[in-house]
Amino acid sequence: MKLKAPERVTFNKSGFCPGCGHGVAGRLIAEVAEEMGLADKLITTVDVACGSLHLEDWHFDTVMAAHGRTLVTAIGLKKVRKDNPVLAYYGDGAGYAIGMAETIHAGLRNDNVIAIVVNNAIYGMTGGQMAPTTLPGQKTTSSPYGKDAARFGKPFRIEDAYSGFDIGYLARGALVGAANINRAKKMIRKAFEKHMNNQGLCYVELLSPCPTNWNLAPLKAKDFLLDEMTKHFPLGEFKGGDAK
Amino acid sequence: MEKNRTDVTRCKGCGYCVAECPKQAISFGDHMNAKGYLTIVVDQEKCIRCGSCYRVCPDYVFEIL
Repeated sequence: MKLKAPERVTFNKSGFCPGCGHGVAGRLIAEVAEEMGLADKLITTVDVACGSLHLEDWHFDTVMAAHGRTLVTAIGLKKVRKDNPVLAYYGDGAGYAIGMAETIHAGLRNDNVIAIVVNNAIYGMTGGQMAPTTLPGQKTTSSPYGKDAARFGKPFRIEDAYSGFDIGYLARGALVGAANINRAKKMIRKAFEKHMNNQGLCYVELLSPCPTNWNLAPLKAKDFLLDEMTKHFPLGEFKGGDAK
Repeated sequence: MEKNRTDVTRCKGCGYCVAECPKQAISFGDHMNAKGYLTIVVDQEKCIRCGSCYRVCPDYVFEIL
């Protein structure tokens, strides 16, 4: 089997930390876009966060949106570029904190865009503070004794928030381990296919390790993700999958 | 025979590939790249071209031939 990462993501060295999942997510998007012959037409929007480093290491037409407004910028682009696939790429900070209104209203309206959300349970670029997705008891820069779930709430789960909305596709994958990554790629491919069929909001959340801000070595971060994070964020397809 | 071509200038030494390889063909060598990361080496004899390393690598080091 011949395998080579697409030229669109390999022309430059990435600026991510060792063990970060963003590199894998970028490659999966580029692979799916190239396999479907959409790479020249794909328009992406990135957020103001670690994910925006993709501006320098992927070759797609990209708009950098205001912080948290990635999804609505993508919706606007889709309204004027109806034939192009439009993808919003952002993190859990943008999606579930500053951009919560955009996330909810996009689901309510079922706008036809692809959303790829990288969830690492903290605010990565600002230095690892507690986020709405932080696990109960998890130590972060702003919760040094562990997150108190009674005070700050349980981790935010998008499948609960979107449970009453009729959106095109909703799935959660993980960016560690070859099997999980293959599954995540299938989810992204399904999101692209449904998006091209105008089936509405195609939302894929990807769990990513953040070794730097979790203060763990990359392999320990992988174990933490698979053992702890998946207890609160189950993997699988929630809406629009073939299983249900 | 070269089965797995690596570009270790991109490697950041996270070790995902070392843990993922089903044949233990990948290990850390003693070469340090320009960024100062200890990089990996592939034993071409043991490699079975499964592509696990390619899939887990966040920095596109591997090319399976």
